[in-house]
This record gives sequence, structure tokens and C-alpha cells, in this order.
Amino acid sequence: MSGAFRIPAAGRLKQAKTARFSFDGQSYTGIEGDTLASALLANGVHLVGRSFKYHRPRGILSAGAEEPNALVQIVRDDARKTPNVRATVQELYDGLAANSQNRWPSLSFDVGAVNDLASPMFSAGFYYKTFMWPKAAWKSLYEPKIREAAGLGVSPDRPDPDHYSSRYAHCDVLVLGGGAAGIAAALAAAETGVRVILADEQAEFGGSLRFESGARIDGQDGFAWAQGAVAKLAAMDNVRVLPRTTAFGYYAQNFVGLVERVSDHLKAPGHDLPRERLWQVRAKRVVLASGAIERHMVFANNDRPGVMLAGAARTFLNHYGVAVGRNVGVYTANDSAYAAAIDLKKAGVNVAAIVDLRDNPTGPVIDEARALGIEINFGRAVIRAGGKLRVSSMTVQPKNGGGERTIPVDAILMSAGWTPSVHLFSQSRGKVAFNDETKRFVPGTYAQDCVSVGACNGTDGLSGTVDEAYAAGAKAAKDAGAKAGKGSKPKVDASESWSRGMLGAAPGAGPDTTVKAFVDFQNDVTAKDIRQAVHEGMRSIEHVKRFTTNGMATDQGKTSNMHGLAIAAETLGKPIPEVGLTTFRAPYTPVTFGSIVSHARGPLFDPTRKTAIHPWAERQGAVFEDVGQWKRAWYFPKGGEDMHAAVDRECVGVRTNAGLFDASTLGKIEVVGPDAAKFMELLYTNPWEKLEPGRCRYGIMLREDGFIYDDGVVGRLAPDRFHVTTTTGGAPRVMNHMEDYLQTEFPHLNVWLTSITEQWAVIAVQGPKSRDIIAPLVEGIDMSDEALPHMSVREGKICGVPTRLFRMSFTGERGFEVNVPADYGQAVWEALWAEGQKHGAVAYGTEAMHVLRAEKGYIIVGQDTDGTVTPNDAGLDWAVGKKKTDFVGIRGMMRPDLVAKGRKQLVGLKTKDPKVVLEEGAQIVEDPRQPIPMKMIGHVTSSYWSQNCGRSIALALVAGGRDRMGDTLYVPMPDGVIEVEVTGMVFFDETGGRLNG
Amino acid sequence: MLLIRCPYCEEERPELEFRNAGEAHIARSGNIAGESDDDFEKFFFIRSNPKGIIYERWRHIHGCARFFNAVRDTVTDKFVMTYKAGEPKPSKLPKNGNEGVAK
Amino acid sequence: MAKAAAKTAAATSPSAERRPALAGRSTSATGVKVEVLAPAERMSLRAPEASLAALSKALGVTLPKQPKTSATKGGRTAMWLGPDEWLVIDEAGNDPLADCAGVSALHSAVGISHRNIGISVVGPAAAAAINSGCPQDLSLDAFPVGAASRTILGKVEIVLLRTAQDAFRVECWRSFSDYVFTFLSEGARDAAG
Repeated sequence: MSGAFRIPAAGRLKQAKTARFSFDGQSYTGIEGDTLASALLANGVHLVGRSFKYHRPRGILSAGAEEPNALVQIVRDDARKTPNVRATVQELYDGLAANSQNRWPSLSFDVGAVNDLASPMFSAGFYYKTFMWPKAAWKSLYEPKIREAAGLGVSPDRPDPDHYSSRYAHCDVLVLGGGAAGIAAALAAAETGVRVILADEQAEFGGSLRFESGARIDGQDGFAWAQGAVAKLAAMDNVRVLPRTTAFGYYAQNFVGLVERVSDHLKAPGHDLPRERLWQVRAKRVVLASGAIERHMVFANNDRPGVMLAGAARTFLNHYGVAVGRNVGVYTANDSAYAAAIDLKKAGVNVAAIVDLRDNPTGPVIDEARALGIEINFGRAVIRAGGKLRVSSMTVQPKNGGGERTIPVDAILMSAGWTPSVHLFSQSRGKVAFNDETKRFVPGTYAQDCVSVGACNGTDGLSGTVDEAYAAGAKAAKDAGAKAGKGSKPKVDASESWSRGMLGAAPGAGPDTTVKAFVDFQNDVTAKDIRQAVHEGMRSIEHVKRFTTNGMATDQGKTSNMHGLAIAAETLGKPIPEVGLTTFRAPYTPVTFGSIVSHARGPLFDPTRKTAIHPWAERQGAVFEDVGQWKRAWYFPKGGEDMHAAVDRECVGVRTNAGLFDASTLGKIEVVGPDAAKFMELLYTNPWEKLEPGRCRYGIMLREDGFIYDDGVVGRLAPDRFHVTTTTGGAPRVMNHMEDYLQTEFPHLNVWLTSITEQWAVIAVQGPKSRDIIAPLVEGIDMSDEALPHMSVREGKICGVPTRLFRMSFTGERGFEVNVPADYGQAVWEALWAEGQKHGAVAYGTEAMHVLRAEKGYIIVGQDTDGTVTPNDAGLDWAVGKKKTDFVGIRGMMRPDLVAKGRKQLVGLKTKDPKVVLEEGAQIVEDPRQPIPMKMIGHVTSSYWSQNCGRSIALALVAGGRDRMGDTLYVPMPDGVIEVEVTGMVFFDETGGRLNG
Repeated sequence: MLLIRCPYCEEERPELEFRNAGEAHIARSGNIAGESDDDFEKFFFIRSNPKGIIYERWRHIHGCARFFNAVRDTVTDKFVMTYKAGEPKPSKLPKNGNEGVAK
Repeated sequence: MAKAAAKTAAATSPSAERRPALAGRSTSATGVKVEVLAPAERMSLRAPEASLAALSKALGVTLPKQPKTSATKGGRTAMWLGPDEWLVIDEAGNDPLADCAGVSALHSAVGISHRNIGISVVGPAAAAAINSGCPQDLSLDAFPVGAASRTILGKVEIVLLRTAQDAFRVECWRSFSDYVFTFLSEGARDAAG
């Protein structure tokens, strides 16, 4: 037996397929197809949680996504503990384990419930008013305590072991909502042959047909028709049907985000299935068929477990075969709750009484209820619910006052009417309009190519809904370019119809009362709180919302917004449209971070770029550092060396014999065309026209503002072909910068740019023995100093493969950079390494590279410059073509501030104590005894221990630095002031003789 | 995510393929070195930042790689039209947004 | 034109072993197979309209002028990437760079054989697998057989070519190939589900 409250004759689930589950450790049995909520109710469990602020016992209000109360924690294992799952949405699987939230020590005895007794303290705006003073206490005391007390559920503290996927999709017609309206629209669109996507948040399509026992379409029960129609759609090639899929956000140009819950309903999802799939759909037309959400009645203690929406009780009965009580009361202000009473009565549940606020309504459902012998009370209100952990009675009073009567009940089914779900329409930037007659906000002005149909459009009745939806589906397809379809419209044989209802607080919870009549269950906002907000000066509904937090919980006020608005309007004495509706924002229901992140985690979080030589470095035990997305060998520790020892050895090795360095990550751009040199003249500060083919030059690129943007060595391969190198990190932006000028400012130039960064692996061979290492492997290139002087380039072969061999140096030693096609990079490296072993060569990493270049005063753009450094500041005036009349940055460089005296200039620093290594970024002052805050005149940009110099070395940007040569400056640090001497930037081989040594 | 019509690819493509490149129709002087401080300031620093119609540059960087111009409404975030780099600022705008230049 | 550089002529001295990235990697899921393709000759060709006839003749394949299209002949495919840009891939072992070397009409030909890695995605679920990270509409109407386009996959740039109704070639830069292959593998796994 799957619960004492299961009615075998009712519902659509197969009784035989049972599923065991637990709630707060207690075992129960449900049926496959149940939600956790229906399974709990089948077992007579109504108490499922505690409220957020007052810790009041809470039950199950709804049967769908709007649920504000029944939030539970689903625990699969230690890493899969999902908090705030709506029990009304969670499908049951065998072995499901759920726990209640926000209670201690237990759900039925919760210490936090003292907040309920102290509730006069916790009125609207409580936090704003209470924790203002003393100011310092906010950070140290109030905020931590509030944070501790706040929140529902517990986040898992382990990495999420599930995976999530994503899919971009395009369609002609996207139908959101799979009730009668959505299905009819999808059928009409699909029959034309256009691409259709139909999505619904439920496991099964049908929407309100799940509970509308009176609906018949095409000669069948409404729900059965829905299943048949969706099966037909799913079988069509041009249709994609997505159950368990929530459209959470409607963005520009009909771009809609949907989350498909792929495996949360499965007992053992397996590794191949994602937990969720994010769909990013671009649709030519969107049909919104999102239905309507029933409102509760606002009366005292309307939050007691067992008090629920009438439509929900009907769903539990007609779909899940569960009676929500044995003796129920009904409280309504419209017709629809009568249908619930009738269905329950027919199923054998006692209906103690229907209390109807209306004076003398008439209609078939009222007649039918009366005929079934149900007591009906017109013009009366339920002024309070009795009971605590479960409702035990309802107290009835004539709506204009009078004698009270208390009726024992174990459930109250309520309906204040239905609110069209205009959330997605509103997210599409459409403007809602208030219909004064029906008291509903319905779609007004459209901003995108979409249309609303059925209940979300304020359309009443199944017949009208299907007519409207089918026509809209056909029109959407036509507008998307379809020819006429060849299907036929579903025929509605019988339907239910209801409308109207009431907004705001019911009698007994009016302005003269202080009862707890809840408007927003999840945030514990009562009618009184909203009135108080208005009394305290809130005028706009946006202010009322923020002051009371009405509608700001995870359910985003799906059941509460309209009531809150009506109460505020009434208190303000204004009509509802003048008070305005709060804005609906994505997501419609909570979305996991996992689905948003989707594939972008682990190795796919960001690309990890590796060079062709990476595997060799890995085998050598290199330690890698991240440089942008690249992994670069940082240093190569040998036999237990620490970083310091390894770098010292590598630095000395390069200057003593030679070193091999993987420079493949340098950006490389091939500039080709008859105007290549003209283009280079415009993009770099240097002159290029006269650079001979076969020669290289160090180039500086500026932005138009005159500041250094990038640098690199450029080789001229031919009159019309340059091989340009950029910094590793600068490669993409330099390419963009060059393309920008070429395409938009200098389009007359016949020149083209191609990124060849990854075409060539680059092996720097540097050191006195570099030529000896390379020469035996090279053919077709004269390696003599006369034929291949410093700063020259030749094309030829190395190890039998093509090479662009650069004679250049970033170490100050005789040096080469061997470019070979990337796939050959590793083999050529290995050949050079083998050759290098004969000459005592070392492999060196980026750290040694940094030290070696700093010993020579070579700058690194982005380390020694920061976007505010001119060539002159960096001591690179020599690289600016003095006779040039134009290049990018030429005018910016002339700006008054850039030529003013006292600019920060790049200089060398030597600490007085040679063993002390400065910290990069440390500030420099003239007088360490001046009062704080001291006047800072610069900062350290590069600083290293130089084994080759036998001392520490540093580069720094210092105001008027070049006029301070030999001066003593000070670097104040937490543990003392460091004395430094201003020097030139070259610390090693000042004459530069070793370049040819 | 916006759809942007690339005037070179002659179709709408997803925004992810594009990159904004700032205000359009700000020409670099052929004699920039001789420009006054005021003129250089106008050219380099001053941008219009309008509420409403803006003329801006975009690059279809992960598509055809071309820079082009677009007219966009900063209030609605709708593209009014796009046109190729070097073409003059349109004197008349189409009524409905997101159209290419008339052929 | 200047002498093109990266020719892979036969070696006369000790030849270095070619080690392509991800060589031989492949993965299969229901309805889609992802496989790293063998090395091919590649060239980035840039040229104005006036040079196209001469270049087409030299290459033996007519350079397409329509956006998002390609032309294939004799194992050589030319893809339109931009109004003056083509990616030429030769899988027959002939070097398009050499073929263009003698063309005097204005152009830029740059060898990029080693810059790119080709990955094939084949099977009924191929488009779905690629759409796991590519935002373009890959329906046959919008992206027919022969369509080619530079676009995005996840966080990186790719060039996408549809070689058959259910087959694509994905080209990406060498160092992004691991990311692209992994992404496509995940996409394939999901497209199969």
C-alpha cells in the first residue's frame, strides 16, 4: 500500500509500481510517477518544513513550480545534497531521501519557532531599523548572526560530481508551456512543417488537464488527448518535445534560456547522462502558453499545514490518486474550488463545508455541489484556521461580522482566483495591461515576436483557449515563413470554465486586524506587514516589495504578488494600475549554477594551451607557470633543487655555455604585401622602409595615446614580407589592433596579416656556445658572424625541416631563435638538446629568462610598463623614428603631460645590501622619515637575485629617475626601510660585447 | 544574446562572434602629428554616449574578421542597421530595426 | 610575391620526426564519432577580387565569392572566411603554397599547415554535438553541405565546414585542439543521450 490516503480508484498512477523513500529518516512508500509532495500526502504527511523568519510549521500549498512552502533537501550522497527543492516538483524515485529544512532539533519541535512568539519584533523593515547602531556592530556582530540564522537548507561542501550539458538550438516556433494551449499551438505550427520546440516544466504534458476532470477533447479525456497529441508531435521530424524543461529567461531577439532536468528523477542516473541540460534557443516566433497560477485566500493562520490551493488538491486527487484529507473545508471567492469539492466528494472524501465570500453566485458547479449534499455558505469568510502542526478547524463568520462558527476539518482548500503567468512575457520586455473588470494583469504591448495564448493571456475556458492557441500556432508558423498546414483543430467537447475571484486580504484580515494572514509564505510577509510598509511611507510597489520582502523569495511571489499589490493599493487608496506591478526577472524558477556553467568546468573551464615542446619539458620534470592560457616551463629543477637553486644554475649555465628555451608562445604575425613596410612604418615607432631583407629590428608599438602597447623583434624576410613577433600575452590584441588600423584607417594599403603564432615552434638557443650547437644541424645557412650577424634572419633547413632562423638575443649572449613548423618542434628541440649536451647546455625556463633579460635591462611590456609608459619613459627613445611624420601614437606622445618634466622613468636599482632582493611592486620614497602618508615617487617593476652579478638587481619606475643616477632612495617595508641606489638599467656586460662573443 | 547582421557575411550571426569596437565615424587625421591639442582631444578622448541612436563600430572577429559599422538604439538595445566600414553615415534610418543596408 | 616560406620539401639530412598534436585521438558515442584528422597542407590566402581568377587557376579550384561557402576539387578545399580571405586545405599531399608562388597577381599566401588541427565530427548527431558549444544554426537550410564559417565553440574560435549531411570538419589552432576535442567529445556524449 502506497499510503493511507491513496484512493486506488482515482488518479493515473499504476499502483503496482511502488517506490520506497524517506523523509527525515522515516521510511514511506509511494508510487512511480508521484512527486515527493503527492507521496508524502498519500502517507498523510502534511508538515514538511519551517518558515524562513518565524519558523512556523508549513505544509504543501501547491502541486507545481509555484510552491513557496514545501522546500526540502534531497540527499543522494555526501556530494549531492540539493537544498530548497520544491517537493511538488521533485519526482519520486526508489530510494529517494529527503530532509526538512530550517528546523532544529526537529521538524515538529523547532527552537527557532520562538521567533513566531516574538513576531511583533520582526515586523516589516525589522532588519533595516534594528541593526543600524552601533555602526561597527554590523560587521562584527549583526551580519554574521543574521547570516547564520538566514537561509534554508545546507549547501553541499564537496565538488559537484554531476555533469551538465548545453545545446544551442534554433527553431521557427518555440512553444513554452505544454497544457492544452501549448499543445494546440504546437500542433498547428508543426503541421506546416516548420521547426517547432515544445517545452513544459512538468514530467508529463497536459498542464491543468492533469486535474480538470471535466475536460474532453477530440472525444477523449483531456489528459489522455494531451498524451496522444504530444506523442504525435514527438514522432515528427520537425518537432522537438522537451518535458521537465523550464523556460527560465526570455532575452533579446527571441533568445530563450531553458533548463531540462535530465536525471534528477532517476534512481541511478549513470555517468553518461547530464544532470541538467541548458538549452539556448533562438526562435523566429515564440508562443507563450504558460497558464495561470491559483491564488490563496489571505486569512489568519492560512499557512497551517493542510491549508492548500484547491486546484492543487484536485491535482493530487485526479492525477496522483491522493486525498489531501478525510474531512476537508473549502474557502473560495470563485467557482473553481467547487470543482475540487465535487471531485473529492465523489471520491469519498467528506466535504465539511464550502465557504464562499460571494453573496449569491449561481452556476452549474454550484448546483452540482449542492446536489451532492455539500453544505454551502455564501457571503461568509473563514476568519482563522485552527491547529498548529496541522490544520484542525476553520472558523467561519459572516463577511460583514457576526457570530463565529468553528468547523472541524483536516484540510482547507482555498481559491482566490487565478493569476495569468505573464512572467516570460514581461521578461521579453512586453508591457502588461490591467483589466479592471477581471482584476488581472494580462499581456498588453508586445516588444518581441511572440504571442500569448490561453490562461496566461487571460483567455477563459478550454474551448476559447484551444481556438486561440491553434490559430496563434498557425500564424506563428506562417510568420516564420511556413506554408499552410494540413491538420485540423482539436475539438473541445466539454470543458470547465471559471474566472474572477478576489485580490488582497479577506474579511477578518483587514486593516483593523493584526492577525497573521500570510501574503508571501516563503518570506513570511503578512497583510499587516504590507499595510505597515505603506504607513511608514512606502509609496511605490517597488519600495513596498523591498521593505517587506514580499515576492523576493525563491518563488518570486508567484502566489503573493497580486495580493500584496492589492493590499498596498487599498491602503494607499489608489487603483491597482497606479501602484504598478513589480518587474519580473529571470530566472522564472531557480536555476542551478551547474547548468549555467555547463561544460565550462574542469579542463573545459578555460583552454589550457601547451606548446609542441611541452611534453619534453614535462618529462624533464619542469615546473610550469600559467601565462595567460599557456602553460610555460618555469624552471627545470635537478636532483632536489628548489626554485632558487634551479634558476641560479640555469642563469649561470646560459652565460657560461648555452641554454635552450621554449619561446613558442610568443605571438607571431606574418605581414605580407607590397605595402608591408609602409604598414609597419605606421604601426611601429621605428623606421622600416630601409630595413634590409634578412635583417631584424626591435619594434615598439604604441596606442594612439602614445603609451607602449607591445614590443617584439621583427624580421624582414623579403621586401614584401615581415615576420613580426609580439609578447605572449599581447598576441591577440596586437593582431586586433593591427587589423583595426589596416581595415579602417589605412585600407588603401595592399598588405595582409596572418597569425602564425601556432605555425612555428620557437626554440631559443642562447649563450656563447649557441652557434656550435645549432650549426651542425643547419643546412643552407651560412652561420658565420659576417653572413649572419646579430639581428638577422635566414630561411633554410634544420634537421631536414624548414626553419626561419633568427640571430637575436633576449639574454645579451650570442643567441638564436630557431623557428620550425610546430609538429617538428619537439624533434628539433630533442636534436638541439642532444647537440647541446656536448657543450654543457642547460634547459632554462621563464624565470631564468626573466632574470637574464633583467640583467641586460631589457624590458617586459606589461611588467616594466603598465599602459602609462612612453618610449622615453622606458629609455627607448632610440627606437622612435625621428624623421617619421606619422605612426600610431605620434601625436599622443606629444601631449603636454607626456613631455612634462618629472615623469616616472625606468631606471635600475641596486640595494645597498646586495643580498636583499626587493619586492616587485614595492613603493619608493625620497625620505623615509617623512610623516605617513609618505610621498611615493615610484615603484619596483622587476626584481631578482642575479647569480651572474652576485647580487640583487631591480628595475623601477621613478619620477625623474634618469636625473637621479647615483642617488640614494628608500623602499619602506613592514619590517624596515631598504636603502637603494639609482643606477642604469644594464647590470651585466654593459658594453654588449657578448652579443658577438 | 543579440543577433547582429554582418554586412559582409550578409546574414545575422550570434553576438558571441562579434566584438564592439567603440564609436564610429571618428576619422583619424591624415596629418595627426600636426593636430592641435584641442583637436586631438576631440579625436581621441571625446565620445558622444547618447541615449538613443548610436553609431558604433563592431568587428565580426570570430567570423569574417571584418570591422563594420552599426546603428544601435541604446535604449532598446536594438540594432537599427549595419553597414560596411568606409561607407558614409546613413542620412536616413530604416523604420524597423535589425535590417541591413538597402541593396 | 615573396617566396613562400613553410615548404615541407623532402629532407636530405637527418629528418626530424613529425609529431602532430592529438595524433590518432578519436572517441565514439551513439550517433557521432569525433576523430582527429591526419596532417594536411593548409594555406591562408588573402587577395582582392581582381586576383581571384589567376589564383583559382593556379590552385585548380575556383575560390568561392559567396559568404559561408566553400569549393572542393581534387582533395583541395577553399573556404570563404571573409571577403578577401580563404582557408585552403589540401588533403591530397599537394602544396597550395607552391601553386600560388608563381602567381603575380596581388595576394598574400601564408603557410599554416602546422597552425591548425582538423577534427572530423561524423554521424546523425554530429550537428547536435557541435551545437553543444557553437551558437550557429546548423540545420541543413541554414548550414548546407559545403557551408564553411569561422565561428565559436565554447570559448575558442574554430572554422567549421560541413562535408556531408551528417559530417563536419572542425579546424582549430594547435594549442586549442585538446580543448576542442574534449568539448566535442562531451558534446558527442550528450548528443547521443
